[in-house]
Amino acid sequence: MDALKRYFRSPAAVLGLVLLLIVVGMAISAGYLYPRDPLALAGRPLVWPFTNPRFLLGTDNSGRDIAAQIFHGARISLLIGGVATLIAVTIGVMVGAIAGYYGGWIDNILMRITEAFQTLPNFVLLLVLVAVFGSTLTTVTIAVGIVSWPAPARLTRAEFLSLRSREFVQAGRTLGMPDAQLILREILPNALPPVIVYAGVVMAVAILLESALAFLRLSDANVASWGNLIGLGRDVLRVQWYVSAIPGVAILITVLAVSLVGQGLNDALNPRLKQR
Amino acid sequence: MSSTGPILTVDRLSVRLPKGADRSHAITEVSLSVAENEIVCIVGESGSGKSMMANAIMRLLPQGVTTDHGRILFVGRDLCAASAAEMRSIRGAEIAMVFQEPMTALNPLRTIGDQIGEVLDIHTGLAKAEIRSRVLSLLSDVHIPDPPRAAKAYPHELSGGQRQRAMIAMALALDPKLLIADEPTTALDVTTQAQILKLIRELQQRRNTAVLFITHDFGVVAEIADRVVVMQHGVVVEHGTAREVLRNPRHAYTQQLIAAVPPVAAPPPRRLSDQTLLALSGVVKTYRAGGFLGRGARVTHAVKDVSFTLPKGATLGIVGESGSGKSTLARCIIRLIDPDAGSILLDGHDWALMSRREIRQRTQQMQMVFQDPFASLNPRRKAIDLVAQGPIVHGTPRDKALSEARELFQLVGLDPSAADRLPHEFSGGQRQRIGLARALALKPDVLVADEPVSALDVSVQAQVLRLLTSLRERLGLSIIFITHDLRVAAQICDLVAVMKDGVVVEHGLTHQVFGTPQHAYTRALLDAIPGGDFARTPHP
Repeated sequence: MDALKRYFRSPAAVLGLVLLLIVVGMAISAGYLYPRDPLALAGRPLVWPFTNPRFLLGTDNSGRDIAAQIFHGARISLLIGGVATLIAVTIGVMVGAIAGYYGGWIDNILMRITEAFQTLPNFVLLLVLVAVFGSTLTTVTIAVGIVSWPAPARLTRAEFLSLRSREFVQAGRTLGMPDAQLILREILPNALPPVIVYAGVVMAVAILLESALAFLRLSDANVASWGNLIGLGRDVLRVQWYVSAIPGVAILITVLAVSLVGQGLNDALNPRLKQR
Repeated sequence: MSSTGPILTVDRLSVRLPKGADRSHAITEVSLSVAENEIVCIVGESGSGKSMMANAIMRLLPQGVTTDHGRILFVGRDLCAASAAEMRSIRGAEIAMVFQEPMTALNPLRTIGDQIGEVLDIHTGLAKAEIRSRVLSLLSDVHIPDPPRAAKAYPHELSGGQRQRAMIAMALALDPKLLIADEPTTALDVTTQAQILKLIRELQQRRNTAVLFITHDFGVVAEIADRVVVMQHGVVVEHGTAREVLRNPRHAYTQQLIAAVPPVAAPPPRRLSDQTLLALSGVVKTYRAGGFLGRGARVTHAVKDVSFTLPKGATLGIVGESGSGKSTLARCIIRLIDPDAGSILLDGHDWALMSRREIRQRTQQMQMVFQDPFASLNPRRKAIDLVAQGPIVHGTPRDKALSEARELFQLVGLDPSAADRLPHEFSGGQRQRIGLARALALKPDVLVADEPVSALDVSVQAQVLRLLTSLRERLGLSIIFITHDLRVAAQICDLVAVMKDGVVVEHGLTHQVFGTPQHAYTRALLDAIPGGDFARTPHP
């Protein structure tokens, strides 16, 4: 409860939460406000925003409603961001916890694998995965999750390394607790706060990765995502710049919101760091 | 010996704490004075405001903490009114400070000689060569062996005692009029502590420095103080000459503090059982670090061939200084660490050879109490769960374990209604009681206690020791009690084993070992107990 109070004391954190709630609200209301398929033709192509009340944000180069795509895109971005983050954090925590707790050769092997993933540039690996497994929404989400797990793994491992030699863990061992219980019930709850905070960063990066993929037209073209829209706008960038700019602003706001919430959580969960 | 006028006069000083602290003032209307060539000890337990005193004099109070009343007169100047620039020229040059933990007070990336030289460089205009020779003479003044080598050494290359000597050399570099020493020997071993106290005494007499010495230990007070100021909750409860206060304490709190530092005299021996419960023979633990395939590795013999027996119901003290291997031995016995050789026989089973599985099943026979009451409890578990989790792991139904845990709360002197609180809501002594209850929940035959009271204030220490004594009678516990403090060992142990460099150099009945020590090291340890005669003879 203290943490919650501290969270709401920071204006930036509250702003982040409000922005995030707006994006979530857009995702939820998309079906009611824009019940039609956002990828269906709606009117004349390249209508400027605020010129036609039917298309508040204008239309793109094939005459699809940009506002509808933005609202429906919020769903896709949050879905990809959320699920990919879940995948990345789950793999990361598992690998990091096992490596950090057992140490020795297990740690060596797991960390060499982690480094192998880390030395490859994220995006190149993502391109390879998408090229091999195709670019449906599911594969893209899983691929983004798979390229994002090494950092949470290293973070979890570091926490486990310092926590496993603490006296309360030794006390658990002398009480006869099995390893699984020591890992899951004694150490993990204490190791989790920094990982949760870092999950905000992972989510922001995941949204950006998908957008970048879509910009190269390598994401799932059958869903209305912000990245796809930016990719489309690329062809008319010099004159009808708004086609790319509007989804760009949406991505900016979402990433900013997620980062602010992450930072706010960090300050709320580690109050002592804030008092510098 | 006594002198002209006071160097430092603190006149009804109050220090205000920020809102939300446990009290409004860290120090309330404290007055004291330190004269030239005099050592004044401020004694008190944690939270008494004694360290805040030092910070207030140095004007180094933490953010949000301010002096809101009173004056600090230092050779005629009011430090409360001095500007920041004035304070900078006073700090180090006229008032110097020695801290508790020399490792954190020194910069790990620069050599000792460099850091002492820096003080001289900032405050004097001496040439490089001259600074160098001054540094060497300072280091030889504090009796560091081989000063030229020590000057080139980095802090981690020196021992704790040598680091503290270097800190003292640095503090005395500019011949300050006042030296403030904040628990300078608390982090050190007894023998080292004795040397450092002697050094401070010697340097103080040679240079006529005024010393304000902050400590929690009445033994240290007896060793070094000319005058004593006793503080409790930010208020001076008693002051006077060391002799007066030690021999004839008037305030109840002073009497309690002195009573908590009993003489090193074992109580009359109890009758010990003939039945051996735990027998160690030839236990060895060697650490290897670095090296490739076993070659060129650094080898540390932490425990070398230790054998002893623990009779049923007895308490065996393992005493020794840091690095003597006593904690490693404790962890070997309970198998947190795997010993390399030897046998640990308990109830017909050799703990040294058991597999992890077997140990998990047999942990009910042997339990451990840890040193640090803050680190040894999972901060996210309620106190009651911490106590109940052992029996639950071993198959006791949850409800039964919880109700037993409540009974244990009562047994160790905790209020069962506090059972649902988290560890941080308890004080250090209470946490140690929780740790004890957790160990007792499994109804062990043997309790291994690793420095269970050394992180506690002296008066709390006495309470926990009394609790342990009464529990061992009621529950028939056999205890292995690890401690560096011979006074504590004398109070509670039937038998003691003195360890040095991984070897038991002497063992036997407590009153024999402490009364007529055979080994030179045991004698050195006993002589090093601060307080001299005060510590060795019963108080009036």
